[in-house]
Order: sequence, then structure tokens, then C-alpha cells
Amino acid sequence: MKITLNNRIEYFDEDGLTFEELFLIKKFSFKMLVTKLNGQLVKKEDRGTTQIHEGDDVTVLHLVSGG
Amino acid sequence: MQIEEIKKRLSSKTVGIAGCGGLGSNCAVAMARVGIGRLIIVDFDVIVESNLNRQYFFFDQIGQKKVFALAENIRRINPLTTVTPFDLKLGPDEILAVFGGCDLIVEAFDQAEMKEMIVETVSLSLPSIPLIVGNGMAGLGKSNQLRVEKLSENLFVCGDGCSEISAEQPPLAPRVGIVANMQANMALQILLGNKNQEEL
Repeated sequence: MKITLNNRIEYFDEDGLTFEELFLIKKFSFKMLVTKLNGQLVKKEDRGTTQIHEGDDVTVLHLVSGG
Repeated sequence: MQIEEIKKRLSSKTVGIAGCGGLGSNCAVAMARVGIGRLIIVDFDVIVESNLNRQYFFFDQIGQKKVFALAENIRRINPLTTVTPFDLKLGPDEILAVFGGCDLIVEAFDQAEMKEMIVETVSLSLPSIPLIVGNGMAGLGKSNQLRVEKLSENLFVCGDGCSEISAEQPPLAPRVGIVANMQANMALQILLGNKNQEEL
């Protein structure tokens, strides 16, 4: 499937990946995250079940301390 | 746009600033200098000497509450900006109560947990208000890695996205100030009517 991940086009072999599966494939191991699917917030507890499909706009914001 | 037109348009706008440390104090001052109408500033902390390496306070303000000292500093710079200070710790309920009427919110916390909390809260409960986050600005050098990105309709992120504070990588005036002013610059752009990714 072809998706937009943080404003960049990316391709994955499988359609319907969950956010947690996406993190494994992308080797994301961040602690503080905000996730969105097509602009809507995906809560932490829903990352294991919310599926990503062809054409979706996915946001994964990794937050770091400092300010 | 001429300066008088910019000031006229900004004079009717309200910006909420969540945190008055390195990001918040510098961003608030930049917004006041360009003539923002109202600033709602929130912090619960007190100024200590180590803050002065990057935060917009003065040596003789050590020991004062940040929100009240910042309100005074802004008044001395531009008394036409109305400053509403709140001396409290922000959680989801306080964010809705304090920032619900703002035209725009600037995230200026230091802890990643707090940044995550405000992005989630605003995305869920105040989705029509633009939020500008500061993310990744510790250390020195690498100016060209600091950038602005629009991540979704009302979510903008300024910083390098990775430089986290640590003993070896403290927050310092130049990079923190750059990001604070990037946030102010993005706020100006949005308040004056342009949210296009292409023109960030």
C-alpha cells in the first residue's frame, strides 16, 4: 500500500497494518508519541487495532524534552 | 503587508502560551513586539538563576513567579498588548478552560510528557485552534536542522525533532531562541491568514 507518513510518500507490502505493526516495520521505539490517521487523533490504547489503508495520511509525532 | 496593517490585524488576536520557560518567554516577547492584541500566559514555576541562560527574565527577577515577571517584561516592551497570566499547572481541563477562546496556541513546555498531553488534548477537544509545538532544540550548532513542519490541518512543529535535553546537551539561548522565534513566526503567518505547507 502507498500512504503518506509525516508528509512523505511511503510504500508497504501489506495493506491494513496497525500503528503498532507500522512502528515495528519502521523500527520506531519512541516513548512519547502522538499518532493521527487522516488528521484524527489515534489514542495510545487504539494503536494496536487501528488499521492503516492505501492512501491514508499518517502522522507519527515523536516528542522530546526541552524548551 | 505594511507594518500598520500587520499591527491592526494582530491587535484583535489572542494567543495562548503554554509554559513560560525558554520557548514561551521568548515567543511571547516576539508576539508582543509585533503587536499581538492579547497573550494568555500560563506557568506554575519560579525563576531560578539557571533559567537566565535562555529565558526572557532578568537577574533581579530571580525568585519571582515566571508568569508575573513575564507579564511585567512584556508591559515594559509593549503596553498595548494585554497580558493575562495564570499561575497554574496545565492539565487537559485547564487547557480547555484557559485556551478555549484563543485564536492560536503555542506549546512551550519542557517535558515530553506534557508536550504529548497538550497535543492530544488540543487535537481531540480544540481541533479548530492551530497548535504550534516546539520539539527538539537542545545543544548548540546545527542551525540548519531546525525546521517548521505542518503535520496535520492545525498541527505545526518547530525544531529538529530529535535533540533532547541531557547533561551533555543542555538547552541554550541560541537554539531555544531560534525555535521560540520560529514558533512566533509561524503564529504570525497563521494569524495573518496563511497555513500553506509550501510557504512555511
